[in-house]
Amino acid sequence: MSRPEQLAPPEVFYNDSESFKYTSSTRVQHIQAKMTLRALELLNLEVDSPHFILDLGCGSGLSGEILTEEGYNWIGMDISPSMLATGIDRDVEGDLFLSDMGNGVHFRAGTFDAAISISAVQWLCNADSSNVDPKKRMLRFFNSLYASLKRGGKFVAQFYPMNDIQTENLLNAAKVAGFGGGLIIDDPESKRHKKYYMVLTAGQSERNINLAGAEMDAPETTKKVNRKLLKKLESKKEFIARKKETMKRRGKKVALDSKFTARKRRPRF
Amino acid sequence: MKFLTTNFVKCAIKTCDSSLEAFPLQYSECELVQEEQEFNPEFICHMLDRLDWQAVIKVAKDLGNTSLPPNKPEDIDPIMEDSQAILRDLHTLLVETRIVEGKMICRNCEHIYYIKNSIPNFLLPPHLC
Repeated sequence: MSRPEQLAPPEVFYNDSESFKYTSSTRVQHIQAKMTLRALELLNLEVDSPHFILDLGCGSGLSGEILTEEGYNWIGMDISPSMLATGIDRDVEGDLFLSDMGNGVHFRAGTFDAAISISAVQWLCNADSSNVDPKKRMLRFFNSLYASLKRGGKFVAQFYPMNDIQTENLLNAAKVAGFGGGLIIDDPESKRHKKYYMVLTAGQSERNINLAGAEMDAPETTKKVNRKLLKKLESKKEFIARKKETMKRRGKKVALDSKFTARKRRPRF
Repeated sequence: MKFLTTNFVKCAIKTCDSSLEAFPLQYSECELVQEEQEFNPEFICHMLDRLDWQAVIKVAKDLGNTSLPPNKPEDIDPIMEDSQAILRDLHTLLVETRIVEGKMICRNCEHIYYIKNSIPNFLLPPHLC
């Protein structure tokens, strides 16, 4: 899998030709649309009432078009001028801003009902020049985003983390900023179709996030088993079964298991 | 950039976060365009709650419109007949008016943000990040 964030900063990587390629590819369009719809599904906004949504890393407005189709009004932010120019050419409905997520979300408190971000947040994990600190940028981003959402506002971000550390860093920064929520992984078994969604809420809301079909997967606690303690706790029967098992594994001839195994022999008269 | 958006944008610089002057930005040398958009009364009503009317007046004055009422229109219902006219007016002002070219100046730090091709440039120079 190619990782553009390893090649160049976003405003450099998405130049005119790359943004044209990106926007005109039907495969990308299809994937982006699917992910936007999934993000909206997770957001679980009320139907039949207007919403004002922020699209972070909107690019050429592929996700914005879906938002318009679904009847939402939106504002988009992106760092790549070429991508935005492509968006203008395509006549997207929302207002576009040329700005860097890492410098914060420059909107007044309580502006948005919800925010989405499709394939963009992972760019925050990179330091593109020597004077930036990704950790500080993430914190600034999440803090200002928290402020610009209304209380009970929700944020769903699909992103491509390079490793678990990146995911952890992003989630930690969100937690520090005051967001509640966590990570949803779609298609966790498939390497290609696996998609990460960060699902965050700013304060309590009446309508919860739509978690239909999600399975809880708490981090596995691999506690080190104390062998000595286990041996002390086992019963006589378990002891014999264990010994027979090891002998069998070593290829020794062992008496067959039956209901009489490890039973006490009664004294004969 | 829609007129509506001007009511939400503030200065992006960190030191202006705590300043009351950073919002609304001061607009100057702006080129405006009227463009017909679909009329959505529910949306206007929804946004009306969170509009800062003083800021609306201030920005409108910057752009050369001084005919706005001093108080926010109240008791607006998207279904009622008699509020339709106000909603139409608001729609024309907030959604159909767009700033295509111009400058936005932060009243606190005096940083200038340029609007080009209706896209405001909020990228900050490295010393302000």
